[in-house]
Amino acid sequence: MARFLVRRVLSIIPTMLVIITLSFFLIRLAPGGPFAREREIPPEILENILKSYNMDKPLFGQYLDYLGNVLTGDFGPSYRYRNRMVSDFITQGLPVSLSLGGIALVNAVFLGVLVGIVSALRQNKWQDYSAMSIAVVGISVPAFVIGPILQLVFALKLGWLPLGQWIGDKGIAAIVLPAATLSFYYFAVIARLSRASILEVLRSDYIRTARAKGLKESVVIAKHVLKGALLPVVTYLGPAFSGIIVGSVVVETIFAVPGVGRPFVQAAINRDYTLIMGEVIVYSVVLILANLVVDIVYGFLDPRISYK
Amino acid sequence: MKKALIVLTMLAVALSAGAQTFVMNNGAEIESLDPAVMESVTSHRVYMALFEGLFISDPKTNAPLPGMATKYKFSSDYKTVTFTLRKAYWSDGVQVTAQDFVDSWIRKLDPKNAFTYADLLWDIVGAQEFSTGKGTAAGVGLKALNPTTFEVKLKNPTPHFVQKVVHYAFAVVPMHAIKKYGADWVLPKNLVVNGAYLLKEWRPQEKMVFTPNPKYWDAKNVKIKELVLLPIDDVNTAYNMYINGDIDWIDVVPAELMDTIKLRADYHVGPEYGTYYLNINVTKKPLDDARVRQALSMAFDRTVLTNTILKSHFPAFANVPPSAGYTPPKGTGYNPEEAKKLLAAAGYPGGAGFPKFQLLYNTSSNHQKVMQFIQAEWKKNLGIEVELINQEFTTYLDTKSAHDFDIARAGWIADYLDPATFLDMWETGNSQNDGLYSSKEYDALLAKSRTQLGAARLKTMMEAEAVLINKDMGIIPIYYYQTQAMIDLSKWNGWYLNPMNVHAWKFISPKK
Repeated sequence: MARFLVRRVLSIIPTMLVIITLSFFLIRLAPGGPFAREREIPPEILENILKSYNMDKPLFGQYLDYLGNVLTGDFGPSYRYRNRMVSDFITQGLPVSLSLGGIALVNAVFLGVLVGIVSALRQNKWQDYSAMSIAVVGISVPAFVIGPILQLVFALKLGWLPLGQWIGDKGIAAIVLPAATLSFYYFAVIARLSRASILEVLRSDYIRTARAKGLKESVVIAKHVLKGALLPVVTYLGPAFSGIIVGSVVVETIFAVPGVGRPFVQAAINRDYTLIMGEVIVYSVVLILANLVVDIVYGFLDPRISYK
Repeated sequence: MKKALIVLTMLAVALSAGAQTFVMNNGAEIESLDPAVMESVTSHRVYMALFEGLFISDPKTNAPLPGMATKYKFSSDYKTVTFTLRKAYWSDGVQVTAQDFVDSWIRKLDPKNAFTYADLLWDIVGAQEFSTGKGTAAGVGLKALNPTTFEVKLKNPTPHFVQKVVHYAFAVVPMHAIKKYGADWVLPKNLVVNGAYLLKEWRPQEKMVFTPNPKYWDAKNVKIKELVLLPIDDVNTAYNMYINGDIDWIDVVPAELMDTIKLRADYHVGPEYGTYYLNINVTKKPLDDARVRQALSMAFDRTVLTNTILKSHFPAFANVPPSAGYTPPKGTGYNPEEAKKLLAAAGYPGGAGFPKFQLLYNTSSNHQKVMQFIQAEWKKNLGIEVELINQEFTTYLDTKSAHDFDIARAGWIADYLDPATFLDMWETGNSQNDGLYSSKEYDALLAKSRTQLGAARLKTMMEAEAVLINKDMGIIPIYYYQTQAMIDLSKWNGWYLNPMNVHAWKFISPKK
């Protein structure tokens, strides 16, 4: 287990190196640069600007400089927001995005599994049909439709929840709508996934054995069925977490949430090279760590897996 | 009873506090708190809260009103302008002096600082040389004659210089604080300002909160007790928050809801000093033929476009929007018959043999509607085929500045309230001149206008524009922009539609 962990953690280094290198050169290939403007900058002034950002150096030299800076934890200043450091955007936005994503994920897993269990145990009854209909809606309707509908109903019409903005202004209630919007799709997938796998497990021999031993139905479900049935859900958590973190860009925009997603999109549009790189690195680290956690949890749930 | 009274009092206090808080959706994050770094409408609004230059913008007309300067005087040749400053103070109590202006403008021009918009100061003697590394700071024509007298030497007679100094590129910055804190002077805790407001709080991506600056020279006329600017970029969310009463002023509304919104009493729309047009690459055949360009301009109906398709803006046949003393040329008008004749005269009767060319625009549903309309009109009226190319914004800017297009859509909103902001762009070699239009006659008239004053100057500029539009059709104007806003004027005084869409905060006050 320890060796497995060390190996996995060490493998992050080459992965990150590849990600940084590829992104660094890919964004430089995109047409236009951080100083393309509708009101074009006169060439002499542009020259001054490029010099002040060391962008007059050869690209490979810029890459080595950047790599050196990143190793010391310096992501540099933003090209667009000249007096702000990339690390400011991350330290301010990441806690917001992670808490929004985390709440959405917990919500999706908890409700998804619950609905999955109920559906499976009441297969082909009204509970099953209505739950699965909601799941189909969740899978097929995108966040940018769900979000505004929730805003319309719960903020504009009923006035129960804030339309947008974050905890600092609107209190804890500000989390509800964005988290619900963000988790809806994943809730739906998890509900369907857990329903299917519970149904499968229910028919397996070891459950029949458990029942034959005379165990109570609740014990059979809680102890034997769930443990086996949750494996596909856990496998899905890695991609779900990535999806939630990346997908939060849309939700952050709709609900004016001050996370890392909105600046990321703006940075891409503005070709704010340093900010894009900073965001790519942060997203990558978060996703790699999430996958690592999923792998470890998997081992605890499934005795057939061992770490070598 | 006592309890009820307390509740009532608290309610009254809350209500009165609410009435004096003004919330505006600024639509995006600002580039910086440093006026020299600012380069957007978004930042300009923050600038107008925190800083004040020599002159500020009249809330109705955008004409210059006294700010840090009380008056100005031009020399008889209009090549020297002397500003008299009022006794005003920075928020830390230090006096704002003429030397602050000299040092701030030198800082803006300094090539080491590499500030955008430094070129707006190039009217000043030696300014262009200094900012392009060919001259020295000492060579720039700026002088503090005494603490309250600031003299500026200009390359040419520039009577509209006073209009220009309203722009934030001409800001005064607290040099004493910059010396003390270096680059950190823009951190909110170190920020020293001379405007109507102080920055109380800034939570990036969330909001900026401003409170009145007690050291501001006109503090008694600053009526909004708390000014809040939000950076919400989702138009629908901002609109819903406005409807919900969370926001007092939005300046963009969802286009899909236009039909309902425009019936509302709190929706305001008026002409803006800006033009939407087609940039033509005049070096490419057959677009190098003025007759072809004229035919293209005549062959689509701008009235249908603005009234039926866009449901906003005003048809334009010239580059400069009309203003007091300036009547733009008539242009081609809509005349498909004449267009056909011109195209035939250029060698393409009925569009036969006309090479297929590309119409470039940046991805947006609004631009797409305009371009599709023009494409269809040209096909119907001239029988020519156009391919629409849309590119993501920055890519489009890159293609345009590389002159790698046939025809590209473009837009220009005035930097300052004078026709020169529109005409200078088409001078041979100007960095905005992406279509490479070049006319000796036009350049000569523009140069002549720079040596003239008043009505004579405007007349020469009108002649120059007549060359650009009537004779050469160097660009194809489409519409003059309009400004729009939603704000409940039964609650707020001092807010007016104006052509530059510039609204200094100190004029807005709650209605009693």
